[in-house]
Formats: sequence, C-alpha cells, structure tokens
Amino acid sequence: MTAGVDLGPKTQAIGSDEDVVRVRQLVRTVAVAAKLSLVDQTKLVTAASELARNTLIYGGGGTAEVTVVEDGRRRGVRIVFADSGPGIADLDLALTDGYTTGGGLGLGLSGSRRLVDDFDIQTAPGEGTRITVTKWSR
Amino acid sequence: MERVPILKIGDILLVSIQIDMSDQTAVTLQEDLAERIVATGCHGVIIDITALDIVDSFVGRMLSTIASISKVLDAETVVVGMRPAVAITLVELGLSLNGIRTALNVERGMELIAATRDDDPGYDDDPEGVESGTAATSP
Ligand SMILES: Nc1ncnc2c1ncn2[C@@H]1O[C@H](COP(=O)(O)OP(=O)(O)OP(=O)(O)O)[C@@H](O)[C@H]1O
Ligand SMILES: [Mg+2]
Repeated sequence: MTAGVDLGPKTQAIGSDEDVVRVRQLVRTVAVAAKLSLVDQTKLVTAASELARNTLIYGGGGTAEVTVVEDGRRRGVRIVFADSGPGIADLDLALTDGYTTGGGLGLGLSGSRRLVDDFDIQTAPGEGTRITVTKWSR
Repeated sequence: MERVPILKIGDILLVSIQIDMSDQTAVTLQEDLAERIVATGCHGVIIDITALDIVDSFVGRMLSTIASISKVLDAETVVVGMRPAVAITLVELGLSLNGIRTALNVERGMELIAATRDDDPGYDDDPEGVESGTAATSP
C-alpha cells in the first residue's frame, strides 16, 4: 500500500448537480491513488458521472460510495450508487442503448456498463436502485 | 454557479473550458454562446476542451447542441483539444458527436473555420466573397 494515501471507503451524497461534480472528483482521486491507467481512470470517472446523474434525476438523490478493492492479484476501484427512488421496472429495456424516459440519449446505463469491468444492478419497483461497478487495474 | 467565459478574438468566439462543469453550468454556456453569436455576428466558435479529463453524455450532447444552434445562426463550431483517453471513452460510451467538427488545437480550428467560410458561396461579409458567390450561382 502506498504510505500516506488513505484507501478506505469514502461516501459522497448526491443531492444536486454540484454533487455530481464532487462524485467525479472523488472517483478521480481514488482511481489515481489505486494506480489505474489513464484510460481506465477516464472510463471509470465517465461511468460514475452517468450513474451519479441517474441517481440524482431518476432516483431523487442518494449516495455514491467509493472503495479500493483487491482480489489478491489486482487492485481496483468499486463504486456503489444507491437511491430509494422508484426503482426500474424493466431492467432489460433500461439497459438498451437509446432507451430513455427523461429525454436523454439513453446511453448512461448501457454505456457505463461497457466502460467498467463488473456491473451489477439491484432494483425493483418502489424499492430503489443500487448499482455496483468495479474497474480493475491490469 | 460557476460560468465559463467566452472570449471574442477577431471574427471568432473562443471558449476554453477550464473547470469541471456542473450540468447547470453547461446549459448556461449553451445559452450564453447563442446570445454572443447573435450579439457579435461572429461566424466561428472554437470550443477548447484540452483541460477536460472526461466528456460524458451530458457534455457531449451540449457540444452537439451548440454545433446545431451555431449553424442555424450562421456560425461554424469546431471542438479542439480532445484528449486521446476522452476520445476512446466517448466511443465506448456510444456517443457519436453528431455534426461536430473537431481539430487538433485552436490554431487548426481557426484554419478550419477560415477554410469553411471561404468555400461557402453564401458567405456575404467579405465584399469579394459576394462577387465570387454570385458568379458561382449564375449560369
Ligand atoms: N437510479 C434510477 N432510478 C430509476 N430509474 C432509473 C435510474 N437510472 C436509470 N433509470 C431509468 O433508466 C433509463 C435509462 O437510463 P440511461 O442513463 O441509460 O439514460 P438517460 O439517463 O435517460 O439518458 P442519458 O444518460 O443518455 O442522458 C432512464 O431514462 C430511467 O428511466
Ligand atoms: Mg442517464
């Protein structure tokens, strides 16, 4: 571990579009500390920006928790986006390129899934949405 | 809310984005630029994104919208300085920067705008341009 760099979990509340900026900054700082490559940092921060905006707009706000993880061989950065909004009724549809209920481009979910290594969604109507993404160093 | 400054350099408006923009800042920039194009009569807009370490779908859409708005207002928009990692990420995200012209840096962007205006027979600000434009359309 790098001395002087705190790699413990960090949480950012998402309640405004300024908070979406803060999520990007937090994820960038942690991705640099975890020594992801520049391209991987860029992909992870971009995915985080998309998911944080969804948390704000569709989830009615929530949190992003950023953690450095290890699997014995590699180090990575994991982010959990959680909200207690309406949830997603048809997940397959929501994950389709171009599908939007908000007048966006419909690329946030499907695109961020392509940008990370692991992508997991737990959601149900009325039960909020919890999305976990991980980007591993290579 | 922070605001992105718009500089006028000759016939060109230069926007150098130096901050991590909130969505509201991006929307405001879009509106400010439309107003400045009309107020100044500029025919070119250069958006320098050298300092941006990401472009997500929101900013990508803003760039496309600015390009479309400026076209309607008779101005060309060129986006310059996109980092390689940003370009790679945009493609994987699935964002096609529709209608956006790009150049390597501000200087190349200016050349591109100048070349486009020269080729355009509808360009009527330059007295000689009017003549060649008229000649090109007469039988
Ligand atoms: N946290 C969430 N809670 C509830 N619904 C969500 C959530 N995130 C996404 N969705 C639903 O999934 C759809 C697709 O999301 P996605 O991010 O792909 O597109 P978008 O946000 O509509 O457009 P874009 O992100 O391209 O601007 C949204 O329109 C919304 O209906
Ligand atoms: Mg989205």
